[in-house]
Amino acid sequence: MTIKEKMKAPVVFTGNPAGLFTYAGRETSHPFWLMVEKEISDHVRSLRFIIMMVLIALTSIATVYLALGSLKDAIKPGDPEGSFLFLKLFTVSDGSIPPFHVFIGFLGPLLGISLGFDSINSELSRGTMSRLLAQPIHRDYIINAKFVAALIVISGLFLCLGLLVTGWGILKIGILPSFQEFLRILALIVLIILYVAFWLNLAIFFSIKYKQASTSALASIAVWLFVTVFYGMLVSLVARSVAPSEFAPPGQIIAYQKLVQNLGRLVPSQLFSDATTTLLMPSVRSLGPLTMEQVHGAIPSPLSLGQSMLVVWPQLTGLIAATVVCFALSYRAFMRKEIRSR
Amino acid sequence: MGAEIIRLSGLTKEYGHQAVVRNLDLTIEKGEIYGLLGPNGAGKSTTILMIMGLTEPSSGSIRVAGVDPVRYPVEVKRKVGYLPEDVGFYDDRTGLENIVYTGRLNGLSVSAAKSRALELLERVDLTEAAHKRTGTYSRGMRQRLGLADVLIKQPEIIILDEPTLGLDPEGLRRFLSLIVTLSRQEGLTVLLSSHHLQQVQQVCDRVGLFVAGRLIAEGDIPALSKKLFPNELIAYEAGLHRGARADADWIPMRSRAADAVRHAEGVRNFHVEGDRLFWESDTESGHEIARNVIASGIDLTYLNRKEYGLDEIYHRYFSTVAKS
Repeated sequence: MTIKEKMKAPVVFTGNPAGLFTYAGRETSHPFWLMVEKEISDHVRSLRFIIMMVLIALTSIATVYLALGSLKDAIKPGDPEGSFLFLKLFTVSDGSIPPFHVFIGFLGPLLGISLGFDSINSELSRGTMSRLLAQPIHRDYIINAKFVAALIVISGLFLCLGLLVTGWGILKIGILPSFQEFLRILALIVLIILYVAFWLNLAIFFSIKYKQASTSALASIAVWLFVTVFYGMLVSLVARSVAPSEFAPPGQIIAYQKLVQNLGRLVPSQLFSDATTTLLMPSVRSLGPLTMEQVHGAIPSPLSLGQSMLVVWPQLTGLIAATVVCFALSYRAFMRKEIRSR
Repeated sequence: MGAEIIRLSGLTKEYGHQAVVRNLDLTIEKGEIYGLLGPNGAGKSTTILMIMGLTEPSSGSIRVAGVDPVRYPVEVKRKVGYLPEDVGFYDDRTGLENIVYTGRLNGLSVSAAKSRALELLERVDLTEAAHKRTGTYSRGMRQRLGLADVLIKQPEIIILDEPTLGLDPEGLRRFLSLIVTLSRQEGLTVLLSSHHLQQVQQVCDRVGLFVAGRLIAEGDIPALSKKLFPNELIAYEAGLHRGARADADWIPMRSRAADAVRHAEGVRNFHVEGDRLFWESDTESGHEIARNVIASGIDLTYLNRKEYGLDEIYHRYFSTVAKS
């Protein structure tokens, strides 16, 4: 086939990242990547993804724009984070709207849910699932392809967004981020992807469990609301009822503080916000209470990336574990599901 | 024909304690059109799902083109095309895109899938709608697209689950004749399930009657009626040619003809209505009686032996079951 002929060759599903996944240089693709391709093109074409993307892009622009405005007030002389000016782009706000990482922590789950809540049940209700299953593919290709495709879309979106914001910041403030800052930004992006992947998997799980897309969307959103809004209230309620008296011995007060914090960390949103804070503010040395003895003699300097990663390692593993558990549950539920025609 | 291509033996499927398919033995030969017939919930779809390897049987064995679908479902799906009941497509894609996707999942290259898809769309008469979204298709068009979708993998066997559901009479006629043509041209084995008797009767070489998870009778239509109603009499109706004869001539002639019938062997329940004679017989004696009538000096306009259609078979079977 000449190049000219190749160019004329029919492109069937436009908007796919085609060709990327053709194997062994042949014109046929492995069925799994073919399905991923199709899922990606479905996502990219869907109105709901476009809406979520615009929403996230707009809020990012707004938060960074405001951060740019209040950047000069944010730097105080002697601030240990003074050398991490660039990261302030993502954390500073003038108080009118929350900073970048808080917004993403809020909208990211919605994006994950919107990509996953109808992934399986819509195939069932459209009657395409049994047709798909009659093709010579393994059953788990379907759920794996759904997950991988959504993950690729999410990764693409947040990588672009993070790098665009970085580029914009460079143009506006005229300072290049140090290599460390760049690595921290990349780590932040990976963290966001991981966090959204958790919600994606939860939504996929509900899409297997519930026949109606609306039920699974509602269930996912209910979990999201509970985790982001009500769980915090619940924890503070519990905290208030078990609070020791002001004059309790310090050991008891520390134990109490730890209990309250650990209760809060049972939900992924808390893990995410702990991790982002540590990554974006290198001066954060611990996420728990510190005694005067521990702080005594410490030099008020920022931590290196490696040290910050050490601090958030438990949070990170927790998030990964939650994501894997959700996926494992969905996988099991899907493989055991009896698929009949609609 | 002759070589068996699907063999089910001792097949049973239970959900909890309820058996949906019970101890089913069935053999389908290469190149035939076999109809699975039965009311809703008789276990037809479950049987089909087990043949496709989409559901595991509780016990019994299945061989499809020599392959065991329980152990090698992907192998079976390569050889068997399956059109599910009420098939669905990706509504925001065109008909062509939908079946090209299926073709590519079956290992065809983009260009091969596309050329084969266009060829198939022409055969199922959807060339004009090929570039329209399937969301705009009518029921009949979807069903025909489903047939193209099944054929793009070049299967040895096609299995159609309730393919005639919801089609209008004209669409139905076209769809069934399409199946017959395709089957004969390509030497395809076709297994179709239905509860519409009339249609199955038109196209199937053999049918199996399925009730409550059991195959109660099998064979072509006459064999089936013989098996289900062994003591049934055969009903005949004959028309006599009167021409322009006056009553005075006609009545003695008619009674001679009537006698020729009435005294033949095995005739019962004989009666005359105008120019027509009715009787029942326990033997296949129509040809002899016709000869006797003509020998008596009257021509026959027609002689009709009433055969039991599936409707009759079906209805009678269920009324006898209900009585017992």
